[in-house]
Amino acid sequence: MSASPSKHLERWAPWGLLLLVIVIWQAICSAFNVSEYIFPSPARIAEQMAEFHTEILKHAWRTLWVTMVGFAIAIVVGVLLGFLIGSSRMAYAAIYPLMTAFNALPKAAFIPILVVWFGIGVGPAVLTAFLISFFPITVNIATGLATLEPELEDVLRVLGAKRWDVLVKVGLPRSMPYFYGSLKVAITLAFVGTTVSEMTASNEGIGYLLISAGSSMQMGLAFGGLVVVGAMAMVMYELFSVIEKRTTVWAHRGSQGH
Amino acid sequence: MDAYVDFQGVWLAYNDELLKQGHFAVEDLSLTMRQGEFVAIVGPSGCGKSTFMKLTTGLKMPSKGSVTIAGAPVTGPLKITGMAFQAPSLLPWRTTVDNVLLPLEIVEPYRSSFKAKRAEYEAKARALLQSVGLGGYEDKFPWQLSGGMQQRASICRALIHEPQMLLLDEPFGALDAFTREELWCALRDLQAARGFNVILVTHDLREAVFLADTVYVMSKSPGRILARREIDMPRPRDLEVTYTSEFTAVVHELRGHIGALRKPTTLGTPVEIAQ
Repeated sequence: MSASPSKHLERWAPWGLLLLVIVIWQAICSAFNVSEYIFPSPARIAEQMAEFHTEILKHAWRTLWVTMVGFAIAIVVGVLLGFLIGSSRMAYAAIYPLMTAFNALPKAAFIPILVVWFGIGVGPAVLTAFLISFFPITVNIATGLATLEPELEDVLRVLGAKRWDVLVKVGLPRSMPYFYGSLKVAITLAFVGTTVSEMTASNEGIGYLLISAGSSMQMGLAFGGLVVVGAMAMVMYELFSVIEKRTTVWAHRGSQGH
Repeated sequence: MDAYVDFQGVWLAYNDELLKQGHFAVEDLSLTMRQGEFVAIVGPSGCGKSTFMKLTTGLKMPSKGSVTIAGAPVTGPLKITGMAFQAPSLLPWRTTVDNVLLPLEIVEPYRSSFKAKRAEYEAKARALLQSVGLGGYEDKFPWQLSGGMQQRASICRALIHEPQMLLLDEPFGALDAFTREELWCALRDLQAARGFNVILVTHDLREAVFLADTVYVMSKSPGRILARREIDMPRPRDLEVTYTSEFTAVVHELRGHIGALRKPTTLGTPVEIAQ
C-alpha cells in the first residue's frame, strides 16, 4: 500500500505542530528575555531535563508503574461492574444512578481519606488512579451489552440459549470496540489520578517532583515533569489505539451494507 | 389430514394488565398445518403477525387456547424451529461460515459435540452456503457481503440445525425487487429439497402467493384470521407464474380482503388504494 502524499502529511502533522509551538515559545522567551523563574524556555527545560535525567527517570518509572497497577485494577473492576450492570435490568436500575453521583465527585477529594487509611505512598496513588479511571470502562461495557438486537436474542433463545450464552457469544464480543475505546480514555485519566495523588500524598513520583521543583523555584524541572507525564500518557494512548485497531477490525470497516 | 401444527382458539395478551382490560394482540386463532406445508401469513402492519411467530416458537404462551406442534403441546422455546428476520443480524466479528455455525454452538445435541466434530459441521455449513449461491463467500465477513447475500446467510443460519420448521418474519422486506425474486427462488428450492415446514410472515402478496401452499389473511389489531386461501398452482413454480392471469387473480382476490378491512377506518376520507 503506497501512502498518498496527503496521508503522509497527516501522519507528521502533530510533530510539525509540536515543533512550531516549541519554536514560537523559544522565540518569545528569547525576544522578551522572560525570566526562567516565571516561564522557562524550551531550551532551559531541555537543559534541566538532561541535568536531572536520573532523578526524572526514577520518578517517571514510579508514576508509570503506579498508574499501570491502578489502571489494571480499574480494568478488572470496571469490566466486572459493567458486565453486572449491562446484563441485568435490575442491577442497571440500582447501580447506575449511584455510579453517576460517584463519578461527579472530584477524585482529588478522596486523597486525604486514602492517606488516613493507607498512609503516604503507593496506596493513595494507585487507588486514585483506579477511582478516576474505572468509570468509563464500566459505562462502555454496560452499553455494549445492553444494546443487543432483540431479534438475534429471539433467534438464540428459541435454540435454548441461556442468558449466559447470549452474553458470552454476542454481548461481550459486541462490547469489545467500546471497551478498547474506553481504555484509551481511561489510561489518560489514570495518569491524572496518580499525578494528583503524588502531589499531596507521596515522596516519589512525577507529582512529588512537580511540587518539590516548584517549591525550590526550579521551573525548568517542573515543566520537564509535565512533559514526561504527557509523553507517557500519549504513548500508552497510542498503544491501546493500536491494540483496538488490531482486535476489532470489524468495527472500523469503511463501508457497511446493512 | 394429519395436523403438524395445530392452533385451537388461541388468544394472547402481552401481560396481565392487558389481559384484564381485554386487549389481545391476537384473537381466536385456529389453524392447522400439515407436515411440509408452506404457509404465508399476510396482513397490514400491526396485525399480530410477529405475535403469531412468537406463539409458534414457544417464546410466548397463549393466554387462552392451545398450540400443539408435532403432537405435543408447546410449553417453552421450541428447538425444532429456525428463525430469520428482516434484519439479517449477522455478527460482524464472525465470518459468514462462523455465523452459520452459531446455532450449533448453542443447540443440543450439537452443542456437546461441537468441538469434537467441528470439521464435520463446518463442511455442512459450507455446503449449505453453497446451495444458496454463497460459494466463495464463506470466509468473508458479513459486512463485505451485499444485503441479499447477508439475508441468504441469515436463512442458512436458521437452517443449519436442520429444524423441522422455518419461521420467516418479512425476511425479504428490505431488499430490492430483483434480489427479492432471486431469494424467493432460493427459498423455494431449499424447501423443495428438504421438505421442512415454513411459516412466512410478509406483507408482499405476490411473495405469499408465489411461495406458499396456503395463505392466511389477518386483520389489524386485534389480529384475527380473516381468510384462508389454498394456492393450488403446481410445483415447482417458475417466476414466470407470477405473470399469469391466474396468479394475478389470486393476488387480487387476497388484496380484496385487506382492502375490505381498511374501509371502515377511512370512511369519509378518500380511500387509499396503495398497491
